[in-house]
Amino acid sequence: MSKPPAPARPGISMEAAQRRRARLAEQLRVGKMTRTLVTPEGAEIRLRLASVAERAGALFIDLAIQWAVMVAMWIAFAYVAAGIGFGQMHVAFAFLLVFHFVLRNFYFIFFEIGRKAATPGKRALGLRVASRDGGRLTADAVLARNFMREVEIGLPLQFLFMGGDQVGAWIALLGLAWSGVFMLFPLFNKDKMRVGDLLAGTWVIKAPKAQLMQDIVSAVTSPELGARFAFTPQQVDAYGIHELHVLEDVLRQSAPVVKQQVAARIRAKVGWDPGTGETDLAFLEAYYAALRKRLEQRMLLGERKSDKYDVGR
Amino acid sequence: MSDMLKSYRFREEREADWRKLDLILTRAENSGVKALGDDEMTALPRLYRQAVSSLSVAKSISLDQNVITYLESLCTRAYFFVYGARTTLGERIMDFLRRGWPQAVRGAVGPTLLSFLFFFGGIGLAFFLCLQDMDWFWTFHGENILEGRNPDATVEYLLSTIYSDPSEHGQSELAAFAGILFNNNAQISLFAFALGFAFGVPTAWLLLYNGVSLGSMYAVFWQKGLGYEFTGWLMIHGVTELFAITLAGAAGFVIGGAVAFPGQKTRLASARASGKQAATMAMGCVIMLIVAALLEGFGRQMINSDTVRYVIAGTSLVLWCGYFYLPRAEHRL
Repeated sequence: MSKPPAPARPGISMEAAQRRRARLAEQLRVGKMTRTLVTPEGAEIRLRLASVAERAGALFIDLAIQWAVMVAMWIAFAYVAAGIGFGQMHVAFAFLLVFHFVLRNFYFIFFEIGRKAATPGKRALGLRVASRDGGRLTADAVLARNFMREVEIGLPLQFLFMGGDQVGAWIALLGLAWSGVFMLFPLFNKDKMRVGDLLAGTWVIKAPKAQLMQDIVSAVTSPELGARFAFTPQQVDAYGIHELHVLEDVLRQSAPVVKQQVAARIRAKVGWDPGTGETDLAFLEAYYAALRKRLEQRMLLGERKSDKYDVGR
Repeated sequence: MSDMLKSYRFREEREADWRKLDLILTRAENSGVKALGDDEMTALPRLYRQAVSSLSVAKSISLDQNVITYLESLCTRAYFFVYGARTTLGERIMDFLRRGWPQAVRGAVGPTLLSFLFFFGGIGLAFFLCLQDMDWFWTFHGENILEGRNPDATVEYLLSTIYSDPSEHGQSELAAFAGILFNNNAQISLFAFALGFAFGVPTAWLLLYNGVSLGSMYAVFWQKGLGYEFTGWLMIHGVTELFAITLAGAAGFVIGGAVAFPGQKTRLASARASGKQAATMAMGCVIMLIVAALLEGFGRQMINSDTVRYVIAGTSLVLWCGYFYLPRAEHRL
């Protein structure tokens, strides 16, 4: 199938149009994973749902921790058994069995009932459990979502290792297919809920801790800098919000080489003549401040110039 | 030039408060509410409301990505803290024991009766089938696993399995026995709960299966004229254990019923409403099974008098029923 022709806009190349489409598609995809929570104060908070891959990653970390603890316990058991002799071994064994049960069933519950509402695996990936209706996460909800793991993980594994003769193998295969439905449930609903989430009325969201960084604009507050970098309206109208955000990322994270290249491209695009002694960083910061000021002013008037191709009405 | 930038001034005026909120939240998340002082606790709601309103303003006037991301994360954290549960684990456990658990059980009388019917139906079915023709026992059990408690065993052997000589068993063996039984039963009852999601069908099968296995063993003892003794041996812990399994089955049926027959609600809402109740019941079953395992591992092996066994069985039945079904004043936390 041939691609639809690029929109007929002045100065837009085929490649740029493709990149733009890809960007919009990505925005749409991210938007599908965001839910809006309206707080009782009437403010909107956007919550990002954890993706299936993140959930699986967290689960693997948690399982690895459980396994490590269990193996450590077995080794300790071996030492203890050797120490106290065969006669007293039963007590240690009984303890081990009960410990195994508790670890298997209450590891998740213990951590999710706590303040952070997340197991170590979830915490490592910046995830947490939250109630779907925005209310508080109750203890019975945590119990419900975790007891259901029994059919989501335990059951498919049981069928997987059942095997047996020919009839048994067929039954195992059927059982695996049936229980696989529970296991793969998160893939087939838009909220990425497990069966346990569905029963408990919960979901898992991504709530990473963000750091507040220096405002880039604060570097260009002095009047002489303002006088030096006096951009014309045409020069600041060359870009839109998307480019502003890219520039922000470049200024905050990129290496000097990248900054140099970006500065060169912007200078070429807006026709800026670098005077003597002008550093790339100073130019980029000044241009960022000017661009943001212009775009924010337009936004206040109700015009969002989404990117450089956006010519408005 | 930036003195004209509204978003910059906006941020300058509020940044200190955001950072203060951030600090309080970090402290609370790491070391609990108790780590917060009085003035911090009073400042928190104001700071939270301010951060939330900052976020909505920032979204409409600022194009600084970092500020918006930061405020979103800050507000989310603050929201979960302010509106989250701040009860301690101890309070939650007390609430569960005093209110949550008996209420959940009392609210599921129908499913409990259904579960009872399947479980004891299984027991009765196997019992009467085996009494008529002992071949049924082998159909149900296949190769024997019950330590020789089968129709071919002698009365003396069967008696020896019911009464134990205290000097024979070391304490440690009893503990191991109790541990294994608890593990087994608890895992099965959690299974019965979780399988309820498949419309309760596997739960019913699990109950029947366990009932049949018990009923056929009962028949073996009954046939040898050991019915009274066996009942005492079984019921000293069995009242608690069978009650727990019945309730676990009931929890499965609560979910199964909610998923299969949602009534006026959507299927999702119906599952959600009953899922929590059923999970509370399942949690309770685990506790009951711990009690049962203690009775079984220690009480049964050390108490060899039939009368005492019956007294313990009767008392536990009265206690459990009283705990679950006696009406009590509504107590809200």
